Amino acid sequence: MIEAGAAAPDFTLPDQDQNEVSLSDFAGVKLILAFYPFDFSAVCTDHLSVYQEVHGEIEAQGAKLVGVSVDSPFAHKAFQEKLGLTIPLLSDFHPQGEMSRTYGALIEERGHTNRSLVIVEDGKVAFSMAAATPLEIPGANVIFDALEELA
Amino acid sequence: MGSEGLGSAAVPAPEPDAHLRGSGGPAVTLYLDLACPHCAVVWVEARELPLSLCVRHFPIESKRPRAAALHAATEAAVLQGGEEAFWGMWDSLYEDRGRVDDPHLWERARELGLDVERFEADRRGDQVAERVRRDFRSGIRAGVTGTPAGFLDGRPLGSEGEELGGVLRALAEVG
Repeated sequence: MIEAGAAAPDFTLPDQDQNEVSLSDFAGVKLILAFYPFDFSAVCTDHLSVYQEVHGEIEAQGAKLVGVSVDSPFAHKAFQEKLGLTIPLLSDFHPQGEMSRTYGALIEERGHTNRSLVIVEDGKVAFSMAAATPLEIPGANVIFDALEELA
Repeated sequence: MGSEGLGSAAVPAPEPDAHLRGSGGPAVTLYLDLACPHCAVVWVEARELPLSLCVRHFPIESKRPRAAALHAATEAAVLQGGEEAFWGMWDSLYEDRGRVDDPHLWERARELGLDVERFEADRRGDQVAERVRRDFRSGIRAGVTGTPAGFLDGRPLGSEGEELGGVLRALAEVG
């Protein structure tokens, strides 16, 4: 996993609506990257659902939360609609996992992302953590603890 | 951010208006979603066990769109009928999960002897929303990421429905 203090690797990825989203779009705000393995999996459904419930309070702190997985923009769109998510979802589909790899968030032998959080501020990684296994969800409290530390 | 924020904090002790059920045995806090099928399985068993249960609201609306309305209905029942009405509404929502539309809620309110018009206004009001949200926030701060979730002395008891049920049975046996 990429560590705090490292330069945040640049990226441009399509979101669920196939709009290109780049790291530079988040200049001046704290960008929270929430990596998760798969749209629609049981654990990922819990994961994104519980983050959605506090999404407003994350944004109220001037931070932007986005989800990242290797799913396609079309799968992201369907997942977002199913759960009523307002959290944007970025598609690291092609070349598969390339962006996630630069953040140390790709499980190479499985070809999918791990479950982790990275906060980028001013072009640098300000915080990162990875769950011990993809079955564990980092609680939303972890995000708020990190934002408090960085405030 | 202090107490206003959502950073990590231990599960709070039961407040004066906490929903408590059962007596004796270990004191367990449960975070439950009234629209969650796993929670229903755990609840109908847990309520019969010799445990001191503190039940808290944890509706995950994005996953189960009906959750917020069901939790609000139980708190609206409190405003007219106190804890007895709360548990009447709570239990019946878990026992009859196929009937949870608005007319079914009004029917339950009538059966509990509540004024349906007031119930209807209360369940959409801020007081009820804030009470539910208070529980939800304490769960977030304790690291709850799904339901059902249980805690004993601040320690999480597992998150999968069956697993939590087994843990509660074992706790009840130890006493």
